[in-house]
This record gives sequence, C-alpha cells and structure tokens, in this order.
Amino acid sequence: MEKFDAIVVGAGPAGVAAAATMARAGLSVVLLERGEYPGAKNVMGGVMYGRMAAEVVPEFWTQGAPIERVVVEERLWLATEDSAVSVGHRSPAMAYHPDGCPNAFTVLRARWDRWFAQKAEEAGALLVPGTTVEDVLWQDGRVVGVRTGREEGDLYAHVVVLCDGVNSALVQRAKLRDHPVEPHHLALGVKEVVGLPPEVIEARFNLEPGQGATIEIYGAVTRGMSGYGFLYTNHDSVSVGVGVLVSHLMRTRIPPYELLEGLKQHPLVRPLLAGGETLEYSAHAIPEGGLAAMPKLYGDGVLVAGDAAMMVNGLHREGSNLAMTAGRLAGETVVEAKRRGDFSARTLSLYAAKLEESFVLKDLRKYRHLPELAERRPDLFGTYAELANRAAHEMLTVDGVSKRDKQRKIWRELTRRRPLPFLTRDLYEVWKAIR
Amino acid sequence: MGAGQSVRVEDKLYTLRWKHDRTTHIRITDPRVCADRCGDEWRRPCTTFCPAKVYEWDPEQARILVAYENCVECTTCLTGCPYRVIDWRPPRGGFGVQYRYG
Repeated sequence: MEKFDAIVVGAGPAGVAAAATMARAGLSVVLLERGEYPGAKNVMGGVMYGRMAAEVVPEFWTQGAPIERVVVEERLWLATEDSAVSVGHRSPAMAYHPDGCPNAFTVLRARWDRWFAQKAEEAGALLVPGTTVEDVLWQDGRVVGVRTGREEGDLYAHVVVLCDGVNSALVQRAKLRDHPVEPHHLALGVKEVVGLPPEVIEARFNLEPGQGATIEIYGAVTRGMSGYGFLYTNHDSVSVGVGVLVSHLMRTRIPPYELLEGLKQHPLVRPLLAGGETLEYSAHAIPEGGLAAMPKLYGDGVLVAGDAAMMVNGLHREGSNLAMTAGRLAGETVVEAKRRGDFSARTLSLYAAKLEESFVLKDLRKYRHLPELAERRPDLFGTYAELANRAAHEMLTVDGVSKRDKQRKIWRELTRRRPLPFLTRDLYEVWKAIR
Repeated sequence: MGAGQSVRVEDKLYTLRWKHDRTTHIRITDPRVCADRCGDEWRRPCTTFCPAKVYEWDPEQARILVAYENCVECTTCLTGCPYRVIDWRPPRGGFGVQYRYG
C-alpha cells in the first residue's frame, strides 16, 4: 500500500498553496482535482492578490503567470435604477509593491488555476486531475486517507488537507462540521465574461495597456437583496457579475440570470459593455458566513482551508488571498508535523494558531457580525444608495435655489425616509459590524 | 432593470462546455416533499434560484424534473433546498461542466 505524507483535495488557490509548500519541503504530496484540468470547475469575480501568491510562487509575475490586468483603479458605485454616486481610488503606486509584485490583478480562473497548479507540480507534487474524492477514510478515529471515484481508488496519507471548495461534503465526512451550510451563510454569484478588444476596454475604463480597473456596484442592482454587482477588466474581456445571499434569492424568487441581465442593462453599465460578445456564462456559490460559520479547522490527520473553511471576506471581496495563505499555513503545519512524527490533532492545532496570527482570522474576526447584518437588513443597500443619489442630484442641480435651502431639503427628505432614531440605529448597526 | 424583461438562460448556457456523463449526479431523495410541502410552504425555490435552470416543476407528474446536463456545479442547491431533499454529488471525475474562462 502506497502511503503519501499528504493528500490535498482540490487544486484551487488553497490546495495548490498547501501542495507546493509541502512538496518544496520534501514531503510526498498528491494533489487531487475533480476537473479534467485545474480550474475547470472554478469561478470567481476575478481579483487575485499578489502578495499571497508570491508567498507560494516567488516572483510569479516574472514566470509567465496568466495575469489579465494589474488593478490601478477601484471604484464603488452606490446605484439607483438609473444613476450612481461614485467613489474610487486610482493610483499607479497602489498597483505594485516595492519589489515589483502586483498588489491586485484580474484573472480568469480556468487559466490561472492551471498555471498555478503546474507550479505545485514543478515543486514535486503529484497532480491527479479527473479524480473525484467521495469520502475520507478512517482508522482508529483518525482520518487516514480518501476514497476516490477511481477503481481501487483508496489513497492513504499521514494528513488529508481538504481544499475542495464551498459546500464541501468532505468537511462533514471528516466530522469538522455536523450540518450543511445555511442559506444565509452562502451567496450565489453569476457572471459573464464579455469579450471586447483591449483598446476598447482601455478607452472605456481610462486605462493604459496592462492596467485594469474594478467597479463594485451596491444598491438597486441587487433588487432588495444583500450583495453587489461587479465589473472587472480582463485583457480582452470584461467580467460582469452579481452575487446575492441564497436566503434572499429563496425569498424573492428572482432568477439569478435575470438579476445579471438587469445589471448588464443598467444605463451606467450598458455603455461599458456595448458591442461585446458573451464568451462564457458561469455561476458559483460563495461562502459568506464568516467566522461564526467556520467549521473546525483541524482534526486527527485532517486540515481544511479556503472556501471549504468559509474563508471569505465579503466586504473587501477577498477570498483567493485568504485561501492561499491558509493553504500555505496548512502546508507548513504538516511539514512541522512530519518533523515531529505526530499527525494528531494536537500537532495540527498549530494550523489554527498560525491562522490566528495571520490576517485571515484577524479580518474574519473583525467582520464577524457582518453576515448577520447582511442577512437581516438587505434594505440598507437600496435605501442609502437611493438617498445618496437624491442628495447628489439635489446639490448638483443648478436651479437658483440656495445651497443652504438645498441642504435643508436633503436633510428633511433623509429624516422623512429614515427618521432620526432609525438613522442612528442603522449607523450604529453598520459601525458595530465593521468597526 | 426590473422584473419585466425576459432572459433566456438557454442562451447563456449555450456559451458553456460540458463533458456529459450518462447518468445523473443529482437525485431528489423524497419527491413527495416537493409535491406535498414545498409548493405551499416555499413555492419550490430550486426552480428559481438555480442559475442553470436544472429544476423544473412538472404539474402533470407532480414532481420536479432534473435536467442534470445543465448543471454548472455551483452547489447552491445543497444549501437552498429548504428540506434538503436534493442529493447533489460532484459528477464523476473529469465529467460535468468545463469552464474555459471561469
């Protein structure tokens, strides 16, 4: 019976980071992927973060990485049906860290994951695509391997690292969680990749070649549900999508593809996509439950990282970075366990300690009350987006009314719509959730 | 925006590639729940939240029809079925949706 040091389930950002880290330290690692190639099943809006990628593949940007565009501008729109208040930040200095590593850049996951997994292979991991893991194997109360869908497909290892993505059934099979993910802890994202010539994208988004922009859109585009729409520029396409809580989709019964179509037809979005051809439609669940909804992160012979462990910071649309860091820390933990010759929960608990010291759990802890607010108060997005637009509209309409009178009018309207006690409560609730 | 527009999800699904398995990876474990309870209590949300329109209510047969070939493996139905009677498993290794962009 062949036995590996580690089996990693899933060749996404977390799995590749874990596998590369362990393989580089000389461990025998098998990286299982159910897609025909890494990335075949993977979807995200499209922003990847350089610092965490470089901790897995040093100087990745000099190694032919499939970077679409390096983000130089991030915009936020508070939108009504036909208008938006826009804030943003543009800075070429923001785009790169001092060592030349891009800060944030857009990717298409089918391309990125394939390339990234290749780096784990180069480090010595054995990548086995086209292989679904159906269960974990137990012996004496410890996880000792996995059962794959292949014939004679049982594989054994000292440690199994679960990086099999959102709604992981294996997390339950490994007894790290005893119930499925709740609908209010999950968002559904739907997206289209719309093809456009690079020079058209650069003209429309005010970019130089290679530069990219992101736009997040809160307000009317989610039609009363918690979530947001987005536009991310790729090299010769634009990713346009929207994500909302599944619990809200269940209630409103708005089909997600209608929501997406509404976003594409928004008067502020339509001109940015005009003449484009949809190259691919995609959809994926996003774990949004935060700290409170995380499974247990380790057990005897098992660790979990990435979406499978609910590691998403929805407010900052971060996820791939949390996954890569968690995967790397999981890998480092297994390397230490191998050195000690002990793969029990006691040694593997090091992983949780490392995560506590990293931004991963610090950030998730900071925003731990946000998922509950998002579930309970989907109205906040629409209401305040609309009020912001009315205020801007009033102030910017030059009609001979004095500015002081306009200010009074805005305040009257604001307090009519949200009387002062409610306004104060809303502000307090938001502050409490993000402070 | 708004509710009035007609969108054919079929047009969107047309942009996708699959490697279809011969058998389904999705089963309704207790179809009576869909007929007897979910219609009244939840109006069968799988028929609207699924981004690939895999689930369709057939009033004549009084059951949910499952077009597993359309599945894009988003996994939402694992969570979004109020009675958890959708038994969704990952397709066999190498089968199912194959994103080229993702």
